[in-house]
Amino acid sequence: MKTVRTTCPYCGVGCGVKATLQGDSKVAIAGDEAHAASRGLLCVKGAALGETVSLEGRLLAPAMVENGVLVDSSWDAALGRVATTFMNIIKEHGPDAVAFYVSGQLLTEDYYIANKLMKGYIGSANIDTNSRLCMSSSVAGHKRAFGEDIVPGCYEDFEVADLVVLVGSNTAWCHPTLFQRILRARTQRPGMKIVVIDPRRTASCELADVHLPIKPGTDVWLFNGLLHYLVREGALDADFVNTHTSGREAALAASLDCADPLFVAEACNVEPQQLLAFYRLFSDTEKVVTAYSQGVNQSSSGTDKVNSIINCHLATNRIGRPGMGPFSLTGQPNAMGGREVGGLANMLAAHMDLDNPVHRDTVQAFWDAPRIASKPGLKAVDLFQAIEAGTVKAVWIIATNPVVSLPDADQVKRALAKCELVVVSDIVLGTDTNAYADVLLPALGWGEKDGTVTNSERCISRQRAFLPAPGAARADWDVLCDVGRRMGFDGFAFDTPAAIFDEHARLSTWRNGGDTRRVFSLAGLDGLTPQDYDQLAPVQWPLGAPRLFGDGVFAHADGKARFIPTVPRLPVHTVDDAYPLALNTGRVRDQWHTMTRTGKSPRLASHVQEPFIDLHPQDALLHGVRAGDLARVSSKWGQMVARVQHGGGMARGAVFIPIHWSGQTASDARVGAVVNPAVDPVSGEPEFKHTPVRIEPFGVRWHGFILSRRVLKLDSVASWTRIQGTQFYRYELAGRNAIDDASAWSRALLGIEDAAADWIDVEDKGSRTYRAAHLVDGVMDACIFIAPTADLPARAWLASLFEAGVLSTPQRMGLLAGRSPEPVADVGPTVCSCFGVGRNTICAAIEQHGLTDVAGVTACVKAGGNCGSCVPEIRQLLAAPASV
Amino acid sequence: MDREVTQMRKPKQSLVVVGNGMAGMRTVEELLKLDRDLYDITVFGAEPHGNYNRIMLSPLLAGDKQVDDIMLHTRAWYADHGITLHAGDPAVKIDRKRRFVHSKKGLEVPYDRLLLATGSSPFIIPIPGHALPGVVGFRDLADVATMLAAAIPAAQAVVIGGGLLGLEAANALQRRGMQVTVVHATASLMNQQLDPPAAALLKAALEDKGLHFRMATQTTHILGSKRVDGVQFADGTILKAELVVMAAGVRPNIALAQSAGLHCERAIVVDDTLQTYDPRIYAVGECVQHRSSTFGLVAPLWDQARVCAGHLAGAGHRRYVQKATPTKLKVTGVDLYSVGDFIGGTGTEELILRDRRSGIYKRLVIAGNRVTGAVLYGDVRDGPWYFDLIEQRTDIGSLRHGLLFGEAYCAQGAAA
Repeated sequence: MKTVRTTCPYCGVGCGVKATLQGDSKVAIAGDEAHAASRGLLCVKGAALGETVSLEGRLLAPAMVENGVLVDSSWDAALGRVATTFMNIIKEHGPDAVAFYVSGQLLTEDYYIANKLMKGYIGSANIDTNSRLCMSSSVAGHKRAFGEDIVPGCYEDFEVADLVVLVGSNTAWCHPTLFQRILRARTQRPGMKIVVIDPRRTASCELADVHLPIKPGTDVWLFNGLLHYLVREGALDADFVNTHTSGREAALAASLDCADPLFVAEACNVEPQQLLAFYRLFSDTEKVVTAYSQGVNQSSSGTDKVNSIINCHLATNRIGRPGMGPFSLTGQPNAMGGREVGGLANMLAAHMDLDNPVHRDTVQAFWDAPRIASKPGLKAVDLFQAIEAGTVKAVWIIATNPVVSLPDADQVKRALAKCELVVVSDIVLGTDTNAYADVLLPALGWGEKDGTVTNSERCISRQRAFLPAPGAARADWDVLCDVGRRMGFDGFAFDTPAAIFDEHARLSTWRNGGDTRRVFSLAGLDGLTPQDYDQLAPVQWPLGAPRLFGDGVFAHADGKARFIPTVPRLPVHTVDDAYPLALNTGRVRDQWHTMTRTGKSPRLASHVQEPFIDLHPQDALLHGVRAGDLARVSSKWGQMVARVQHGGGMARGAVFIPIHWSGQTASDARVGAVVNPAVDPVSGEPEFKHTPVRIEPFGVRWHGFILSRRVLKLDSVASWTRIQGTQFYRYELAGRNAIDDASAWSRALLGIEDAAADWIDVEDKGSRTYRAAHLVDGVMDACIFIAPTADLPARAWLASLFEAGVLSTPQRMGLLAGRSPEPVADVGPTVCSCFGVGRNTICAAIEQHGLTDVAGVTACVKAGGNCGSCVPEIRQLLAAPASV
Repeated sequence: MDREVTQMRKPKQSLVVVGNGMAGMRTVEELLKLDRDLYDITVFGAEPHGNYNRIMLSPLLAGDKQVDDIMLHTRAWYADHGITLHAGDPAVKIDRKRRFVHSKKGLEVPYDRLLLATGSSPFIIPIPGHALPGVVGFRDLADVATMLAAAIPAAQAVVIGGGLLGLEAANALQRRGMQVTVVHATASLMNQQLDPPAAALLKAALEDKGLHFRMATQTTHILGSKRVDGVQFADGTILKAELVVMAAGVRPNIALAQSAGLHCERAIVVDDTLQTYDPRIYAVGECVQHRSSTFGLVAPLWDQARVCAGHLAGAGHRRYVQKATPTKLKVTGVDLYSVGDFIGGTGTEELILRDRRSGIYKRLVIAGNRVTGAVLYGDVRDGPWYFDLIEQRTDIGSLRHGLLFGEAYCAQGAAA
């Protein structure tokens, strides 16, 4: 049993993971104490990685659509078709008629090859990535302010700061281990303050000293006002500003109205006292880290939001010094690596620019490439619009699921349906995007692939393989190189990721000086032997520089940082009578993106089980929807259906819907279809956080659920959601059609064709209730419960029967009652996923032992003792056990 | 002094009981509880025994019980209670004017009150050969004796009638080693008590035990010259048989009452006090017709006995009210329970639980939010509870979703 040190493939924190392949082909997961980014911590998603590596549902062989049918194919035939079609289209329509759409989950080596192939050999910059949806506003903001896309600080700054401001970031759920580090630091230094700026009252707010619930999209007002406050209160570091920056006056002039805190308070819809208290705190505290995430980035003024924050740090010279700085928290494991190789449509490579002829020359010369892209390519939203318009005729999508994740996602469907050639490289067979593929290429997943990733603090660490390549799957870099060679290009003769990394490192240092000086440099990491590469320990670039710009020297040609004038503006699409609510989207604690991996873990599925629509109870009342019932949310672009809830964190007029559910896991819960496609004019990042929507009840005739060992086709059911259980899938159902013969209908739905099957059922036609179970050799196989209301038996006990082997007579008898004949305690919905502790268990412990703090709860029932992501919820339970 | 006191008492009245069976003797027992000195009691019985539990004839036939086990009242009991028993001497005539009962052996006993409890007789289908030796009903100890005499292992028996009695007989004979075929006129066994799905489960269970069935089949001939040796069916096929048991229903024994001029329809018509059209004459049991119904199960008989005894004792405030009567089948390993309106129809709803592999089927008929009938097969534990819900006319609105899962489940739900 060999333990492999690798890196978590989820958020941008980039935690170190120790993976041990055990005898029963299970994978034991532990945090890596030696990894500086996480020091042994793992969040629940990371801790559950072992549950996601099964081969169930994997794409294991290349496949092609032939005569309308998807058939397995050889690599040779599949890649031959890809190369030939790409070449033919390029020949006829030029290089800009093809595109790659890649992902922040690619390894740096994959990314490097994709970028090299597109920009240096095909000769177009039509390579964009889902990082466009995530942090491109930060990239643009960094470049505008610093001259290069640089995160100046490191994670340690969160621990030495006296004030951590979290802007548009539910760090507690989305970057949990970093949040734990902040909390631990505050425990040691109770004077440390945490401020959360977020329209929603998120889990992060539970542990914050101040929550500033600003109106969605008004961050620029807030930080412009802060900038004026800092100037007014004398917090400006005049020496620094005069020597090392430019543009201060223009920035102040552009935001003059924000000099009035009352105006800002009104614009942001916060209490003036609260606003001023925050300004004062920021002004009086030197060691401030302002960390921001998608609430800032995913906006039509995202780049300005970033710069309005950076402006405040420049004004106070709080940048690149311990405990100080703006900090972009990246959402994906290797968005940063993608940025380093230049894998976005408006970058070239190695932090060099497309519109800079010297840079173009530098890169082309280094690559010895036949061509070099000379103008920015199409950014994600534009790219899919160009595909629909027919100007882009072939697209290769790698490791991402745009039919789910892009805004106006139904447009993506239309685009892909029209596209001449859609190639998709993925690890999963069934995705919403794969349904449009002409060629499917099986990729390696986490634990199988080998290379490097860079986290939010510029730390490069290795993802190492500890599992064999399954089926015919191949590394993305290998497949991209193969296609490059098939297209007749030199420059793709790589055998190992180490060789690619070396080229990438050498490019970063190539002609890095003078006019072409870049901060990005992997000097010291070039020329690694394969062994060095294999054993590479996590390391920040540039080597020996945990912080950058502390010396006041920035990456602009004049060495100065720029204040950027940021004129506040509202979201592109504002609410109106027809669409009176503002939709905000985001992640939930225990899921990742479109759930192709986290969706496999029963543990992770138990926290938030179904897609939901969170809104204020008053708004629900106003629009005639009820908590627990289904509702339809629609915008000008599309619609979706999910269950209404009142999570308690929503302001009036706001709606929150999580991003994770796809056509694979729910009938109609792709929130991407609803999201507007407006983008930031600088970064091209879509405005995911603000779409005008309306909500209305989704009336159904019946409710139900299925637990089944098999994935089912439920097209005939109006609404369904699939939830992974241990040895079963759970489907929550709601239907609009009357069911005549419930027995026959249920058997058909569950695929039970054998008339002699062991089928138990209970029917009450008068009350439209039906319950049935199918057993095989006395073992639970499937069950279905249907009723006119959502008042159905609890799923937990039924779920446990799937692990119970041959059912005892009492179990069999109780099956359709949905309840164990012996009373067992209902533990309630899971709060702590790590230890599987339910809400009722925690509340009981609090009451029974008179607990008053989280540590007490942890001591009693373990909850909160591992990853700590549930600590905010435990705190809520401690505060008001009854009301939650 | 003693002598004087005795002479002071009114002379006892005479109660004659015709029929030494379960209904009659239960009435006597109830009467003795109320007033043991009111009557001189004389009992005439056609069978030469004390009173035995007729319900236990099938366990007796199967060998699970002995005759002594099923005796309810031995001859000694009659003596102890001062009751004159004429067993094996049936009453043959009632002289209502003079109030005398005449027995077959020529006894004449006067009565002040007369209780008719003549019971019923198996219906012997009048097809050719029905009188051959080896053709029996299943009613009394003599029938059991006849059957046991024929019950040679591997010998063939045909039971005509797949109702409660026929199936019990068939099962008992099969357990005695006979090859038994049950011939039933309709497609569904026990169609008086079971719906087709329950009947199908029952049939499958009995087939597993080794019984054979000819469903929806009419018997046209009983074959044999000196003794039965087969039966022939309407389709012409012939089945070998050394024993033919007729279990195709019973006929109330009303000849005696009719000859006395008492008003009879299908049976002796009684009012809610079990009184016949002659105020001195009462009737109980399978020989009576009360509000158009006749009776074949034991529970109504007990009720009738209690009411009738009250009136005979002069404490006449009781009224007989018909109630739903549960049915069970006494076949080892077969649990079924049926009560009330188990078919349903317009205006009724039904709750059904099916677990074919476990051999469990439950069907409740609901009307107006009340249980009106139940058929249980395989799991009959909650039969009495459903019976109670029927009797109490309990509103089951709040119980409905748990009803099929039983009383314990519903109680647990209420406690939770």
